[in-house]
Amino acid sequence: MTLAAATTPSATSTDSTATPAIHVDALVKRYRKADRNAVDGISFEVGAGEFFALLGPNGAGKTTTLSILTTTLAPTAGRARIDGFDVVTDASTVRQRVGIIFQKPSLDRNLTGEENVRLHAILYGLYPYAPAFRLMAPGYRQQVREWAELLGLGHEIFDPVRTYSGGMLRKLEIVRSLVHRPRVLFLDEPTTGLDAPSRRALWAYLRDVRREHDTTIVLTSHYLEEAEQADRICVIDSGRIVATGSPSDLTAALASEWLIVDADDRGRLRDELVRLGHAPSGDGPFRIDVGTRNAHGVLRAIETPLTVVRTHAPSLEDAYLEIVSRAELGDA
Amino acid sequence: MREAASVARSQPQVVGERQGRPLPRRWAAEVSAVAAIAHRDFVKLLRDRVRLFSELAFPLVLILLLGPALQSGFGAPGGLDLTTFVFTGVLAQTIWQSAVMGLVSLIADREEDFSQEIFVSPVSRYSIVAGKIIGESLVALPTGLGIVIVGLLIGVPLTPVVLIVLIPISLAVAVSGGAFGLLLLSNISSQRTANQIFPFVLLPQFFLAGVFNPIHDLPGPLAVLSAISPMRYAVELTRNVVYGLQPDVPAPDIAGLAVNAAALAGSFLVFIAAGTVLFVRAERNR
Repeated sequence: MTLAAATTPSATSTDSTATPAIHVDALVKRYRKADRNAVDGISFEVGAGEFFALLGPNGAGKTTTLSILTTTLAPTAGRARIDGFDVVTDASTVRQRVGIIFQKPSLDRNLTGEENVRLHAILYGLYPYAPAFRLMAPGYRQQVREWAELLGLGHEIFDPVRTYSGGMLRKLEIVRSLVHRPRVLFLDEPTTGLDAPSRRALWAYLRDVRREHDTTIVLTSHYLEEAEQADRICVIDSGRIVATGSPSDLTAALASEWLIVDADDRGRLRDELVRLGHAPSGDGPFRIDVGTRNAHGVLRAIETPLTVVRTHAPSLEDAYLEIVSRAELGDA
Repeated sequence: MREAASVARSQPQVVGERQGRPLPRRWAAEVSAVAAIAHRDFVKLLRDRVRLFSELAFPLVLILLLGPALQSGFGAPGGLDLTTFVFTGVLAQTIWQSAVMGLVSLIADREEDFSQEIFVSPVSRYSIVAGKIIGESLVALPTGLGIVIVGLLIGVPLTPVVLIVLIPISLAVAVSGGAFGLLLLSNISSQRTANQIFPFVLLPQFFLAGVFNPIHDLPGPLAVLSAISPMRYAVELTRNVVYGLQPDVPAPDIAGLAVNAAALAGSFLVFIAAGTVLFVRAERNR
C-alpha cells in the first residue's frame, strides 16, 4: 500500500529550514500483551504554526501517538521530537512546551474553575504555591480576573466546575492548557459531546489563539468538517500512515469526480460512451468516472444530445472513506 | 479577536523552563507542586461530604458495636477493656487503610482522565508520588479525628497528652499506608483489578494485625503472616502510645514502641523505594 507516496511526494512539511514543531521518525508502539503494533512505524513532520489533523478510524493509533508525543507513554521503537527535544530523553522540557486537551474532560469537578487553573499554573512552575486564592501572587490574581472575563464568567470562576455547561468546561480547559504558553497544542477529539454552536464557538476561539501566538495545533477528530480547516491531514489506519496532504490534495488525488448523463436516445449514447472508452453501466442514466478535473473534456467529446448532466464533486469525507477502505483492502 | 487579544495579555510574562533554571528555583517549583497536589486532595475530601461520612461510618460501627459485643461474650481477658482495645485498633486501621485506598484512587483518576493533567505536567514523577502521599495522609486525619471524638464520648480513656502524641503517630501511620498503597498501585493496572485484590490484601490484615483480636498467641504460620502484615505495626504503634502513656489502663501483650516504630519505618522505606521505582516505570511502559 503506497497511498502516502501517491498523494504527496513526502509526509514532511514544506519548511525544512526551521526546526519542525514535531518530528516523528519510524515510531512504533506495541502495548504489553498485544499481538500487533498500535502504532506501526509512522514518520511525519509538522512545521511551526501549522494546523495538522490526524484522522483515522477508532483504534487506528491516534490517541496512542498523541500519548507518546505528550510523553505519557514510552514508544517501543523510533523517535519523536517536539521543538527539537526528544520525548523520551527530554521529557520534562517537552512537557513544558506542549499543552493537551484530552478526549474526556480532565477538570476536577469538585474544585472551582479558579482552583483548576491554579493547580495548572503551580504545576508548570509559573507561581509558587499558596493555600488560598487571596494569598497567591498579585500577578496571578490579576490574570484570573482576565481569564474570567475572557470566559464570560464573573464570580462563577470561583464556583465548582460541575456547575458549568459542557461548552464552558471545554473552553476553561483550553484557557488552562494555554496558561503556560505551549508551542504545540494537542487536541484529542476536543468537540466530542459538544453541540453545534459550542463546537463552532470553540473553533473560532482556537483560530484566534493560533493567529495570536502562532501555536502549532495537532488535532484528532471524527468530524471531517473540522479537519477540513487543517493545513495538512494525515490519515492513519491500523497504526500506519495511509495518506498525507492538504485537504484539497487528498480530495483531488483520491476521490474521483463522476458525471451522470442521460439522453433521449440512450442506445446511441451508450454506444458513444463505449467508443470513447468509458464503461457505462445499467440502462441509463449513465454514470461515468471522469478522474479529477476532467469533466469538461469528457462532456465536450460527447456528440449525442444530452438531456441530463449532473456532476458529483468528491468531499473530504468521500476521500477519507476511500483511503480507509483501500487501506483495509491492502491489509486483507 | 477581542478574546484573542486578551489571551495575549493574560499570559504570564515569564514562562519558566525548569531545565534552564538555577537548582534552588527548580526545587522550589517542585516543592510548590507537591504542596499543590496535596492541597487538591485535601480540598476534594472536604467538599466530598458523602465520602467523609462513609469513611467514618464503618469504624464507628466496629467501635460502638463490636467492642461491647466482644466484651459481653468474652468478658475482660487479662482485665483488658475490649472497647478501648478495638478503638485503638480501628483508629489505626482506618487511617492506614484510608491512605492505602487514597493512593490507589490514582488509578481511577487516570481512567477518568482527571489526573492526566498532573501526569502531562513537567512536575517530576517523584513529586507526584510525594504530593499524593502527603495529601492522602492529611485526608485520613479528619476521619481519625471523628473516631477520637466518638471514643471520648463513649469513655475510652484518652488523656490530653495521649491525644497530642496521637497526632504525629497517626500521621506516621497514614504515611506508611500511603507507601503501601503506592506499592499496590504500581502493580495493578485497573480499578477492577484493585477491587478484586483488596479482599485478599486488606481483609486478612484486619485479623493478622490484631485490630480486634489479640495476636500474641497465634499458631506458627499465622504468626509469620502476622509479622509481615504492615498494618500490624500501625496498630501496635498506636496502642504503644495509648497504653504506654496511661500505665493504669490494663494493656494487651504487644511488642515495644521501639520495635514497632522501627518496623513501621523500615517497611515504609522499602515500600516507598520499590513503589516509586515501579510506579514511575509502569506509568511509561504501559
